[in-house]
Amino acid sequence: MGQTILTVSELKTFYRTRLKENVHAVDGVSFTLEEGKILGIAGESGCGKSTLALSVMGFYFPPLNFKSGSIVIDGIDIMKLSREDLRTKVLGEEIAYIPQSAMNALNPTKRVGKFIEDILREHRPGLSQEQMQRLAAERFEILNLPTRALTAYPNELSGGMKQRVVIATSTILNPKVLIADEPTSALDVSSQKIAIKLLKSLLAKGFVKSMLFITHELPLLKHVADDVMIMYAGQIVERGRIDEVIFKPMHPYAQALMGSIIVPESDIRGHRLSSIPGAPPNLKNEMKGCRFADRCIHTVDECRKEEIPERARGERTIRCLFDFDYQSEETAHERR
Amino acid sequence: MNGDSSIVLEGRKLNRQFGFGRNRFFAVSDVDFVFRSGEIISIVGESGSGKTTLAKMIMGLLKPTSGEVMFRENPRSLRTKADREEYWKSVQGIFQDPFSSFNQFSKIQTLLLDCINLLKLKLSEEEKMNMMREACGFVNLEFDELYNKYPFELSGGQMQRLMIARIFILKPKVLIADEPTSMIDACSRATILDMFLKLRKQNDMIIVFITHDLGLAYYVSDTIYIMEHGKIVERGNAATILESPVHSYTKRLLADVPKLKEAWDLG
Ligand SMILES: Nc1ncnc2c1ncn2[C@@H]1O[C@H](COP(=O)(O)OP(=O)(O)OP(=O)(O)O)[C@@H](O)[C@H]1O
Ligand SMILES: Nc1ncnc2c1ncn2[C@@H]1O[C@H](COP(=O)(O)OP(=O)(O)OP(=O)(O)O)[C@@H](O)[C@H]1O
Ligand SMILES: [Mg+2]
Ligand SMILES: [Mg+2]
Repeated sequence: MGQTILTVSELKTFYRTRLKENVHAVDGVSFTLEEGKILGIAGESGCGKSTLALSVMGFYFPPLNFKSGSIVIDGIDIMKLSREDLRTKVLGEEIAYIPQSAMNALNPTKRVGKFIEDILREHRPGLSQEQMQRLAAERFEILNLPTRALTAYPNELSGGMKQRVVIATSTILNPKVLIADEPTSALDVSSQKIAIKLLKSLLAKGFVKSMLFITHELPLLKHVADDVMIMYAGQIVERGRIDEVIFKPMHPYAQALMGSIIVPESDIRGHRLSSIPGAPPNLKNEMKGCRFADRCIHTVDECRKEEIPERARGERTIRCLFDFDYQSEETAHERR
Repeated sequence: MNGDSSIVLEGRKLNRQFGFGRNRFFAVSDVDFVFRSGEIISIVGESGSGKTTLAKMIMGLLKPTSGEVMFRENPRSLRTKADREEYWKSVQGIFQDPFSSFNQFSKIQTLLLDCINLLKLKLSEEEKMNMMREACGFVNLEFDELYNKYPFELSGGQMQRLMIARIFILKPKVLIADEPTSMIDACSRATILDMFLKLRKQNDMIIVFITHDLGLAYYVSDTIYIMEHGKIVERGNAATILESPVHSYTKRLLADVPKLKEAWDLG
């Protein structure tokens, strides 16, 4: 097993809204990330994946607040650093973040090569203009972007190229951890494939040491990630090897999620997809017991009594009191 | 879906060009289509193939450079405000970018109330609240959690589901859904698809999915149109097209989709 790069323990963070309510979007998340690995994060929309990504960066600004827990990157607890150290030594250097829809948020008035130069000027003040341009050109080449793209404006590039510019820019300082939040969901299948190939090559070449990959596209994740965490209402409900979790999920929410995957493979047409009635819990409320209890078909009184701890089941970690096995596909998907 | 359902919308040689002279460029070229009552159609193609441009022309938000849209077998007219209101009561859309299609400075309940008011029904405040609550419930959103919030305080997927909640209020005859579930998890997507299918059953709604998600197209649609560089290159029965594609472009699209059982060639 590779060296552990990132260790997050019992992280709790919340939004303080204008209406003075607290939204507990990350509510006790722990995980580790090893060198050379891609860890996927999937879960219901609104469950806190993007907030987890932001929170792991350690740089909080309103309305997001840190409550408790620790984030250790390469032995350093970044929550103990000063804000200034965090900004200059950790962000971009140790850990980099590609926000959801970053490619549509590129400053339209700047040539794309400038994005990289701006970062280098701040973090590598010793470099000459030429050296910076060379670095930018090299990274563009690795990401299969034509050199002419350096002098283009964002709106002159296709979606797939814009996303590659975002990837080039956010990884220029060779971070140990790259967090990519839905990096391919705005791309069509062909550009998606190219972007994935390039992200994987950045990891293989050591420009980034590990990756957190947030997506709701589980078939894609199957080919990208080593491990996956399934998130529900601010918590991780299952973690394990990607193939195991996709084909044999253990947590009832994960089981519902996997039962609803659609792929263009011949046996999918006419299959009933599993869907869950009801809505996820309101993250404003203090919650006791299992967050999924209201929508789970197996719920008993015990589920609501107290906080459900994470526990190991084989190589898996799950947050459920019981051992439910996934039904075989034939029974899970009754023919329509 | 049977062959003799009535034709609701028809496109005849629709073209749309952008730019002039040397910059002239055809985003949509000579597209024909026939949508019948209760039919589910997917228009599939890569980014830039002209899907959104075609969708906007169907919705009457963009004028075709040439060609004609027939609505209930008559040439569609959008000349007067009354014409347009009439058309948009029947033909509604869900747009690709949920954030840009809502006013960021209106609260969530205002966005939904605007929809309810379009229906021009006499409803009490309480009935309106119930309607909003029900519409949110349809898409697994908790209305009370959204109340008084602004669009920028929602996650991407929550925003997209809110757009879909509008459809449950408006119940149009034709729904044009441009990448409606691109930001939504598989499970919520299944719920939403179920709801769409129910709406189709209730009022024979036509659903046009605009997507590059061949899995979705394969799972839900009766008919698929494959679009490349503004042209329809292959069309027909969904199962036939995806089980035995003929055009090389369709084959490539299909090969590029990551699947669960087959390998995904990243070479
Ligand atoms: N600025 C904010 N103020 C208050 N609440 C917020 C804010 N941003 C997000 N939230 C809430 O926090 C929760 C988690 O949101 P987050 O964006 O992390 O979800 P997500 O899992 O990334 O969803 P998606 O898959 O849709 O992107 C949601 O309930 C959301 O409404
Ligand atoms: N208003 C416009 N002016 C000029 N060109 C345009 C305009 N709208 C679209 N285009 C061009 O028309 C082509 C088709 O665009 P369209 O948005 O219809 O593609 P699409 O298939 O919806 O792509 P995507 O999957 O990325 O949404 C593109 O090359 C686009 O740049
Ligand atoms: Mg998100
Ligand atoms: Mg489009």
